[in-house]
Amino acid sequence: MPTAGRACLIIALAICFYGIAASLYGARTGRREVIASGRRSVYALAGVLVVAFAVLEAAFARTDLSFALVASHSSTTTPLFYRLTAVWSSQEGSLLLWVLLLSLWSSAVLFATRRRLREVAPYATAVLLGFGAFFCALLVFLESPFDRLAVPPAEGVGLNPLLRHPSMMIHPPMLYSGYTLFAVPFAFAVGALITGRLGSEWIRRTRPFTLAAWFLLGIGIVLGARWSYSELGWGGYWAWDPVENASLMPWLTGTAFLHSVMIQEKRGMLKVWNVSLVLATGVLAILGTFLVRSGILESIHAFGASTLGIPFLVLIVAMIGGSIALVAARSAALRSEHRLDSLLSREAAFLLNNLVLVSLCFVVFWGTFFPLISEALTGDEASVGPPWFNRYVTPLALVLVLLSGIGPLIAWRRATAANLRRTFAVPTAASLAVLAAVLAAGVTESIGAVLMFCFAAFVLGTVGQELWRGVRARRAMSDDSVPMAAVALVRRNRRRWGGYLVHAGMAILFVGVAASSAFQQARLVELSPGQEVTVSGYTVTYERPRSRLVAASNGRLERIDLGADLEVRRGDGAPFALATYKSYFPSMDPSLGPVSRFFEGEATTEVGLKAGWRRDVWTAVAPDIRRLQERIDEGDRVFRGAEGLSDAQRGAFLAEALRGLTRSYTQDPPPATFRIIASPMVTWIWLGALVVFGGGLLALWPAGAAARRPATAAGLARVARELGRA
Amino acid sequence: MEFLLIVVVLGVAVLVIAGPLWAGRAGDREAGESAARAELEAAKAAKYAEIRDAELDYRTGKLSEADWRSLDRQLRREAVDLLHRLDALGDEDGEPGADGRP
Repeated sequence: MPTAGRACLIIALAICFYGIAASLYGARTGRREVIASGRRSVYALAGVLVVAFAVLEAAFARTDLSFALVASHSSTTTPLFYRLTAVWSSQEGSLLLWVLLLSLWSSAVLFATRRRLREVAPYATAVLLGFGAFFCALLVFLESPFDRLAVPPAEGVGLNPLLRHPSMMIHPPMLYSGYTLFAVPFAFAVGALITGRLGSEWIRRTRPFTLAAWFLLGIGIVLGARWSYSELGWGGYWAWDPVENASLMPWLTGTAFLHSVMIQEKRGMLKVWNVSLVLATGVLAILGTFLVRSGILESIHAFGASTLGIPFLVLIVAMIGGSIALVAARSAALRSEHRLDSLLSREAAFLLNNLVLVSLCFVVFWGTFFPLISEALTGDEASVGPPWFNRYVTPLALVLVLLSGIGPLIAWRRATAANLRRTFAVPTAASLAVLAAVLAAGVTESIGAVLMFCFAAFVLGTVGQELWRGVRARRAMSDDSVPMAAVALVRRNRRRWGGYLVHAGMAILFVGVAASSAFQQARLVELSPGQEVTVSGYTVTYERPRSRLVAASNGRLERIDLGADLEVRRGDGAPFALATYKSYFPSMDPSLGPVSRFFEGEATTEVGLKAGWRRDVWTAVAPDIRRLQERIDEGDRVFRGAEGLSDAQRGAFLAEALRGLTRSYTQDPPPATFRIIASPMVTWIWLGALVVFGGGLLALWPAGAAARRPATAAGLARVARELGRA
Repeated sequence: MEFLLIVVVLGVAVLVIAGPLWAGRAGDREAGESAARAELEAAKAAKYAEIRDAELDYRTGKLSEADWRSLDRQLRREAVDLLHRLDALGDEDGEPGADGRP
């Protein structure tokens, strides 16, 4: 089957070239059947890539070790779920997933717009197929996922243990969906610039895909943060890692675009800004993909150095150069139709919001690429860490949260001071109430955190007031009950209310970030069984060690777990238990002994976590295995000397040796090092994220056709009637 | 088996892609809007949304009644202008205008 997979990739590449040529030829000559053929190339590309992906998935599912990729990223002991998702743990498999998702989303948008945007769509098709051709060419010529091994090994290397976490397996498809969906508005922006069709039509038709990109990329980012918190053993959720930053940058500019595009739709303003934003977002999405694969920046997420850096760099330079040239060529047509009526307007608030979001993106970009910039200028590769990022991001984040509360309170076009006093009263009162509560509680160590709490209260006050006033206005025009009025209000404008929900969710999320960052207490301490330590009022006692051998479903030994059971008490409250352990996965290095290879391979940390609304207690253990070294060396010596044993006998003796090793750990445990962290309100981050995604889903939800038609007819009749009387 | 799969994939891809070419005017059969009409329809939808937003702003206290009525009149004038431009486009295209007349 590797041959079939490779053939599919070659066919896919040919389809891309044909589709590009057909789309461009059809657009230039006006031959609609050729344009349709070009569009269908995208559908065919999706179909062929589904087959290729299925071939690879089947190989992973049955652990076909004749596939080089399967041998290097899976094993017979890898559970089925992780075997299926291991496809994208590799450079090659992830590239295949990327181009598959691109083809699927491209097919969806081109099908949805097949009767619309007749001048723009062919050029957008060519751009999307251009991306497809790039990735297919990488897969065919540089990083084939279908390389075969002449002599398949008896066992595969297995999935990187760090990736054995459900959220880590869903995280890449979400991220790649976000990246590939952002290619859609990029492609249509290019098409609009080429054809000069620069009104709002292309924005309106691609908005669901832009919103979906923002939504899925956001989910991917949060899943990554969750994985970092629960799997990596350092107790944090965001490290300003280059690859984390690479996913955040297009999300920030995409957020800015989703706001500022409303101004273009309403007032015909900010056309240059909007088209530049969406082009920049597309470039940043490719940049994120590039960072993971080029090896130019150190990251735990990266696939490591590869041959892909130069091709990606060429693509990014072409995208940037082409974008600048197109915008410059159409600068006259992109002139704004109106000016800003007043600085006291929602337009002005959105503009300020955009500046903050783009500034955030710039800060993240500068900090991420600083090692390269400093090396280019000074010869030394200096880097910046979390303190640098926090210094600049924190004030911008505060302004952003505040603006998300202010924007909805201001009318479009022009607001008066009297109206502002009326609309600001309740949110300001909410903010001051929180300030009073925080000060009364003595929480004054962090000015930034206090401000964030107050601004978040302002946002929640705004959203609550908008809902209340909207329901009241709705009820004044109908006989609806309060719940029905609320439902009708939201249904009538899902985009607005989805946006309000997103603002509320972001406020909650930032409260969690502020509290957990500013008021976290951590200890790194060595404990023996029976000893205890106090962290943030919690008394943590090392009760007993724990150890076990874990076998896979086929009976083979998968890993050794060494860890600890802890008891945690706070004041007179009921105690609770925490368990944390380190999992040792065997190395495949044949030069290592059969016992020592378990402690020379990959290791992961399973954290002990008690999450709560007020505080998380988090712990991770690092067992000291030096005291086991003598037994490990002895085990290796015994097996080296033992000859004439069958595989079954060696397996049985090895299992007994390892059981003895783990018994000795529990019977005579050495002191272990524990990282213990008490972090306030971390749960609010995940709750806020859920609210954000609920809002995104609401904004994405399509309005029914029945709801659309009466609005159009009623508006038409009303406009005609009113003007007839005027 | 592999060879058969490759042939089937290639064959289906060719059929899908070449379909419109064999059908000749298949692309024309798909009724589509002219670009200009589509732009105006998008502008009209945005204008109606703006009218509704302005009313909601007034009813939720962000706009005084005087400001709202002034803004509403302006927005409706802009909406009527769009409708007239759509009607004119309908006359030029030989298609029914918004009021259904040819």
